[in-house]
Amino acid sequence: MTDPLMLTGVSLALFVIVGAIAVASSILVVSMRNPVHSALFLLLTFLCVAILFVSMGAEFVGAVQVLVYAGGIMVLFLFVVMLINVKALPKEKVFTATSMMGVLMGVLLFIILAIILASGTWAPAVNAPENLRTAVVVKTTPVVDAGGATIQTETVTRDVVGNAEAVGMALYRDYLVPFEVASLFLLVAMVGAIVIGKRELDASEEEAIPEFIAKKVSDEDRLKEVTGA
Amino acid sequence: MPSTTAFLLLSALIFTVGLVGVTVRRNMITVLMSLELMLNAVNINLVAFSQRFSSLEGHVFPVFIICIAAGEAAVGLAIIIQLYRLKSTVNVDEVTELNG
Amino acid sequence: MTWADLLFLLPEIVLSIGGCLLLLAPVIGGRNNGVAAKWSMLLLLVATAAAIYVAAGAGIPSLALGTLFVADPFAVFFKLLFVVVIAMITLLSAEFLEDGRYSAWEYYSLMAFALCGMMFMASGTHLISIYVGLELLSLASYILAGYYKNETRSTEAAMKYFVLGATSSGILLYGMSLIYGACGSLHLEAISQAVATMAGNQALIIGVMLLGAGLCFKVAAVPFHVWTPDVYTGAPTPVTAFLSTASKVAAFAIFARIFYMGLHSLEPDWNSIIATVAALSMIVGNLAAVTQTNVKRMLAYSSIAHAGYALLGVLAMSEIGLQGVLIYMLVYAFANIGTWAMVMLLRRREYAGENVDDFDGLHKSAPLYAFAMVVFLLSLGGIPPTAGFIGKYYLFAAAISAGYAWLAVIAVLMSAVSMFYYFRLVVAMYLKDGAAADVIPSRQVRFIVIVCLIATLTLGILPERMIRGAARSIAPIVNLASR
Repeated sequence: MTDPLMLTGVSLALFVIVGAIAVASSILVVSMRNPVHSALFLLLTFLCVAILFVSMGAEFVGAVQVLVYAGGIMVLFLFVVMLINVKALPKEKVFTATSMMGVLMGVLLFIILAIILASGTWAPAVNAPENLRTAVVVKTTPVVDAGGATIQTETVTRDVVGNAEAVGMALYRDYLVPFEVASLFLLVAMVGAIVIGKRELDASEEEAIPEFIAKKVSDEDRLKEVTGA
Repeated sequence: MPSTTAFLLLSALIFTVGLVGVTVRRNMITVLMSLELMLNAVNINLVAFSQRFSSLEGHVFPVFIICIAAGEAAVGLAIIIQLYRLKSTVNVDEVTELNG
Repeated sequence: MTWADLLFLLPEIVLSIGGCLLLLAPVIGGRNNGVAAKWSMLLLLVATAAAIYVAAGAGIPSLALGTLFVADPFAVFFKLLFVVVIAMITLLSAEFLEDGRYSAWEYYSLMAFALCGMMFMASGTHLISIYVGLELLSLASYILAGYYKNETRSTEAAMKYFVLGATSSGILLYGMSLIYGACGSLHLEAISQAVATMAGNQALIIGVMLLGAGLCFKVAAVPFHVWTPDVYTGAPTPVTAFLSTASKVAAFAIFARIFYMGLHSLEPDWNSIIATVAALSMIVGNLAAVTQTNVKRMLAYSSIAHAGYALLGVLAMSEIGLQGVLIYMLVYAFANIGTWAMVMLLRRREYAGENVDDFDGLHKSAPLYAFAMVVFLLSLGGIPPTAGFIGKYYLFAAAISAGYAWLAVIAVLMSAVSMFYYFRLVVAMYLKDGAAADVIPSRQVRFIVIVCLIATLTLGILPERMIRGAARSIAPIVNLASR
């Protein structure tokens, strides 16, 4: 059985180093008391995982990982951490007896998972890496046949396009409907974040609104007021 | 050791760290970050298998998972902010109006 | 994409466009108009139901679409049930939205998107499409649970639901990734073919266990039930009705489809686990409900027990078992929504009116409602003249014929226990004097109670149509499983 995913030489060294950093920083994410520190270590984990994706040959997923996770989600986290006054929060003791129990259970779970995964039999490997960087292109060309009638002929070719385009083709052709559902999901997330996160103004803040907004003074009046004309 | 297994073990480690974080930590923000760790572990699994089978399914699924993780994080953080406004805390233990 | 594909997806398209329009309505000038929002939502649901009929008769979709979604009778059954359930919940929600403190338009549009997610779940045959639909439903549910955002209880419920729900999604995904590794595909049919040759594969079994754990969370089965009482108590009552019926029925739809379509030949490996979960759900749910004084909490525990009963049908892996799941979901939906409508009827302020003694003396002030409540409770308990009996009969018969007589015994015993705590409500209504005199039901709640009453009695007395419909709906899946 040939495994297309081979770790030898440089790639093995890369895997060991980056993997070790990813695991270490993920443990730090969980054990840091200050959420800001956790967030920064989370960023490090995301970047390490992105490197692993690229090293495996999944450039597109790696790029999305950096753009969405490191770029989007992390900024969101940091915003919220800044919005909430972390210093004023009661100190949380991270290492307590119950949390040690949790860690113990985690270690146990990992050992079980590791034993099963290491001895697991997986579906047979398919050594055809070109599948991951080519896309099926169907070209329809009109051909005039002997009788003079025009018929459509379809030629199917596999073009080498690179991983990003191959994933893109799959995403927009084979998985178009789930993709649209994901866009609905993002719409719901947006609506939800606004519905729940929006702050209604109380009476005193209602008063603090400048008069020209609250009373809908027209632009001309406002202009006159400002210029004193 | 086959290389797929190496990635699987790495992902199992990150997954367990995330799961322990969710169960042990009481700070909602850290809990949310631990959730992201779990999803990342799943992505490592999927991409590793996808390389093994030379099939794009395992490249497409992580894109969906990342997108959904982003949406979940947005709503989760909105809930945290609303909770902070009401109770001035983001600690799971201190929110105990429902005796559960 | 062809025209046949568009026709095939028509219900989902109608619903998602309608949902977006509901979001835009306040811009056009419907600010906080609860009545208009309610009627728009009902109109949308009617359009969706019509679209489901059109789509059911549509041609075969193109290959890319057809491998991800199907419109078999199983999906159509669940989609129509979802539409009916959401329509009833829309009417139940009208009252608390009409006072204008919380925006009605966003509420209904979230409801529409949740329904869209449920429909994708019901017809998905690929783990990606099932997962995406499930997340759409879950996210909308988290938001709806926290919709009373100025009430700490509601926000707390949203928080608990979110943290545990997202964790369970993570576990579910990890299970899916291992199944992908073991089977080489995420498509249920491919999984089913691959699974047939790999009984006893440890890695596959742990993947299935993790997937099952995630699904058990979504249907609120023990030991993944801890969120249920808190979330059901804290969420606004119409949303609780939504979570305990719509969301649970949708979760059972994918539970049944994944296990019957994809994993049926792996049955010897997972049946003991599911059997344990079912037994625990019935025992823990019913015993915990006995001591509750808050009706919402009591119904939450009883809904855990109902998940246990319905799991018997998944466990049985037989025609009659799957038929039982469908019938049970149908009768459970009506009885359950009826019960929640009664809880809303007694709601005098935001959260009050949900203790058992709030039902005191209801018989004197509102005999019809007291009678309806008795029928709903009998149906939930599975007593003969009501529809609940038919559902339980099928599930228990399936369990016995599949060799789980011990589970059927537990189920019957626990049904008896459940009658004990349901009976407390009956005693409160008929034998006690109380403050329930000032019940002024709104038109909507009255309508829902009467519809559910009629449905529960009719389906119980004349069940033939329902049984035949369920038999037709399961045909494609059972054929696949026996192949």
